[in-house]
Amino acid sequence: MNTETLLTFFGALNHWITIFLIVTGLYIIVARSNMIKKLTGLVIFQTSVYLLYIGPGKVLGGTAVILNDRFTVYSNPLPHVLILTAIVVGVATLALGLALVVRIKEAYGTIEEDAIFEQDRDA
Amino acid sequence: MIELTHMPALVVVAPLMAAALCALIRHSRLCWWLATLTLTFSCVCIVVMGRAVFDGNVLSYAMGSWAPPIGIEYRVDALAAFMLGVVGFMALIVHLYGYRSVRAEIPQPLQGWYHAIYLLCTAGLLGMVITGDTFNAFVFMEIASLSAYTLIAMGKDRRALTAAFQYLILGTIGATFYVIGVGFLYLQTGTLNMTDLDTRLDGIMDHPGVLTGLGFLIAGLALKSALFPLHLWLPNAYAWAPSVSSALLAATATKVTLYLLIRFAYDIFDFDIALAQANWSFVLFVLSLAAITAGSLLAIAQDNVKRMLAYSSVAQIGYITFGIAVANLNSLTGALVHLANHALMKGALFMLLGGVMLRLGSVHLSHLAGIGRQMPWTMAGFVLAGASLLGVPGTVGFVSKWYLAVGALDAGHWSLVIVLMASSLIALAYMGRVIEMVYLRERPADAPTVTEAPPIMLAATWLVLAACIYFGLDTDLTAGLARAAADSIMDQPQ
Amino acid sequence: MSDAMLFGLAIGLPIVAAIGVTLTRAYPNVREAVSIGAGLGLCATVIAIGTRVLGATAEAGGVTHVLQVLPGLDIAFAAEPLGLLFASIASMLWVVTTVYAIGYLRGNDEPRQTTFFAFAAIAIGSSMGIAFAANLFTLFLCYEALTLATYPLVAMKGDTAARRGARTYLIWLLATSVLGLLPAIVGVHVIAGALDFRLGGTIPARVSDDLVLWLSILFAYGIGKAALMPVHRWLPAAMVAPTPVSALLHAVAVVKAGVFCIVKIIVYVFGMDLFSAADTTDWLVYAAGITVLAASIIALRQDNLKRRLAYSTVSQLSYVIMAAALATPLAMTGAILHIAAHALGKITLFFAAGAIYTAAHKTRVSELNGIGRRMPITMIAFAIGACGMIGLPPTAGFIGKWYLLAGALAAEDVFVLVVIFASTLLNAAYFAPLIYNAFFRREPAADVHASAAAHASPGGHASPGGHGEAPWPMLVAMGITAVGSLALFFVPDLPLAIANRITGVLP
Repeated sequence: MNTETLLTFFGALNHWITIFLIVTGLYIIVARSNMIKKLTGLVIFQTSVYLLYIGPGKVLGGTAVILNDRFTVYSNPLPHVLILTAIVVGVATLALGLALVVRIKEAYGTIEEDAIFEQDRDA
Repeated sequence: MIELTHMPALVVVAPLMAAALCALIRHSRLCWWLATLTLTFSCVCIVVMGRAVFDGNVLSYAMGSWAPPIGIEYRVDALAAFMLGVVGFMALIVHLYGYRSVRAEIPQPLQGWYHAIYLLCTAGLLGMVITGDTFNAFVFMEIASLSAYTLIAMGKDRRALTAAFQYLILGTIGATFYVIGVGFLYLQTGTLNMTDLDTRLDGIMDHPGVLTGLGFLIAGLALKSALFPLHLWLPNAYAWAPSVSSALLAATATKVTLYLLIRFAYDIFDFDIALAQANWSFVLFVLSLAAITAGSLLAIAQDNVKRMLAYSSVAQIGYITFGIAVANLNSLTGALVHLANHALMKGALFMLLGGVMLRLGSVHLSHLAGIGRQMPWTMAGFVLAGASLLGVPGTVGFVSKWYLAVGALDAGHWSLVIVLMASSLIALAYMGRVIEMVYLRERPADAPTVTEAPPIMLAATWLVLAACIYFGLDTDLTAGLARAAADSIMDQPQ
Repeated sequence: MSDAMLFGLAIGLPIVAAIGVTLTRAYPNVREAVSIGAGLGLCATVIAIGTRVLGATAEAGGVTHVLQVLPGLDIAFAAEPLGLLFASIASMLWVVTTVYAIGYLRGNDEPRQTTFFAFAAIAIGSSMGIAFAANLFTLFLCYEALTLATYPLVAMKGDTAARRGARTYLIWLLATSVLGLLPAIVGVHVIAGALDFRLGGTIPARVSDDLVLWLSILFAYGIGKAALMPVHRWLPAAMVAPTPVSALLHAVAVVKAGVFCIVKIIVYVFGMDLFSAADTTDWLVYAAGITVLAASIIALRQDNLKRRLAYSTVSQLSYVIMAAALATPLAMTGAILHIAAHALGKITLFFAAGAIYTAAHKTRVSELNGIGRRMPITMIAFAIGACGMIGLPPTAGFIGKWYLLAGALAAEDVFVLVVIFASTLLNAAYFAPLIYNAFFRREPAADVHASAAAHASPGGHASPGGHGEAPWPMLVAMGITAVGSLALFFVPDLPLAIANRITGVLP
């Protein structure tokens, strides 16, 4: 591998990490039958998107948006604001998902999806 | 006259505040009245705004006085007003209907909460329609979805819980795909405002980043709107949810994501250039046809009538995306008018089943034998709505099918007209099963006697059914508005 | 009274009757009085419309617009001679069928009697809509309404066989209309830009022959009610229904609506000139001719009386289609006359079959030996009806066939001539032995004893040997239609005048 390729690769490193996390999250959701693990996968999947937004917003050497003569280079604040919202949404989703899992455990006695489908088929 | 200026905000904020209030009050009856007042208020706002934009005006509201494109813009044009009308009025009527149904199906201490979540869901759906900001749309989408999961999970059967969980997983994936898409567009254009996006995308629509974003957007929205084969969450969710939830979600939830799809495909992107180039329109086209046939065929195989109707919804969503994919004025009008018409007929059908559920405790096909005589109004309504689903002339179903057929002809797809017609015959097969069971079988001697559904449920349902007939005969309002909306988003100067 | 009010009455009266019948279901006498009253009112309305249409010098009165559903899709009504004929047949036979049904339903103690009276009324209302439709869209609307309104009638008995038959009935009729008729209408809309009926044709004369071929195929098979083979399957299936329903379906409302639509579309959508000039429309003559023969041969082999009548209907309907497909003035006159003649004749036959079932509980042709002695009035009426089917004078069937024959001769169409002769022989072959046996064969000995004990049917004129005639309302109804069938032979003025308005040939 020559230097240029390596530079392109590492230049887009945040994207590679994002993609890796997205795929990991999706894989866990699909491959695991345990509902808590599914939710874990979901959280990883959602979190990876935060990186997608925040990464490009960073300006090298930039600071937070502070109105002061000493600071001239700012990072883009908008992605941070958006992602704060997205985090709230993600937390809410996770909370609701966990609440559902609790109820499912009460109703079925298990949180393994395979076992639950088994029970419903017999019903 | 109420002040028009703040209406775009009030329409969403009112149910949002009322939801919070309901959560504090928690008294079932009080919450119901509060919700009724709020939803009526929202509907009044929608009508006033609708009249203001009908002739091509656009209402723009700067949220918190931050001027767009920096601030969040609420934007009401003909298309948005049309969708707001569908969502607002269906939510109001289903809520009125819920007066009895909620008391019967939701445990007493949760009834106040139920109304609160119902309002929250409606606020989310209205917000998705009215907002002119792509990220704000995501937030509203999640408000609507999270409350929808809760609305479903409140079903009596424990399968409601697993259905809600499945929906939560798939719904969140869909919403996240949508955010990824928005992120890509933001990276390329630096804006989240829809109008601004429209201008800034000019000339860079074939940029790989933009196309990737578009792909994520379409995939996410398709998942949320249960386009075949991404429909897996839908049948269970509708089947086991409480009747009021099924009626509300079937009438509005998938419709609103389809609205967003139309907004992106036509208004923000130019359908012919961006979607056709990436072959998205072809994919959408094929999936629509698959949805129409597969959804209808799967519906025949169901013995749970609510599940059957859910599969029928999958097919009907196919009709709407078909209209989107054919992409001419008539077909898009057909798609839009079908958004409203299907909301009416499927809403009515689920509401009727709610009455059956209340009296009979089941909606399994074999338990329905001979109830046509014991619940004459309910079942007559079922026949009527079923006829509409088939597209019998004189009902709304015909109007949408006519536009879709003419649209397909305009595009030169003769054979597709036959496919459209044939699929309505499949609808005959599954609706016919129910109707035969209900009218032509004798009620078994050992079966419990049932009585007609409560008057308030019947009254609300028949209001919707009357609309099914009225808008099938006088199409000035629905088709007229849909045509105006289709015109406004297709004739964008590029 | 304005045209609009008359149309409103013609369609509204049956609907009101249906509601009235449902409301008075607890009082059978009132219920049936409502039904008959509405029928008479409807006859008066149709006569009032008729005097306007035939009295006017222009070919038709004004169009009454009810509302515009979509741009280009109007619900509108207009009276023209052909529709008038169908409307008068339907309205008059409705009254007669109601009288008959009173006897039949009570005599056989049928369940769901109110269902019959209510949905029969709705079916007649839809037929009025078909008769007076001013454009293809309105026609289609009423056509589908008729299908849906008659479905509960076919399923009336509610047992497995009835459910299956009704399902076949509904699926065939809806499938053909949705897959054939509707695309054809959309096609006309695209080609001609309009859907209204115009004497001389809506479709512009410059369209290609191929297009005419496709449209004619879609129309001919899309109008399943006309029972052109192979879309005739629903008709025998619907025989599971009680006989008054069969009479209503197979003489009055449904099948007549089918052939009426075909004739109307050939005259008013294609235009007779275009249809006869196009080389590609001959197929319809052949398809109809083959149906005439095939159905007659099948009828010959049916032992169930009602099924035999059903296949006879299939065959007779194709006479009308064949005549209309020739699209010459003489043949068209024959088609129009035959619509009226067949209605009267076939309803008489069904009435007789129902009377036999009510009085003797017999449904098979092979059981009818000697029954003419017990039920002379019924069997005489049957014989008159059968003569009409065969085309013997002095019945109305003769005149229709006469014009058809004249039309075929004028067109020098050998195929049609052969079909007419062969089918006349076949018709005679399946009706004549039946009548002969009924009057001149001896009743099986076992039957005499058995029926003496068992078959003293309620309301029947019990004669010493067992059953006698059916209840009197049935006999009255049968008498009226049989006499009507004869009268139309001597005074065919009305249908001829109507035919003349359309074809311009003086009788």
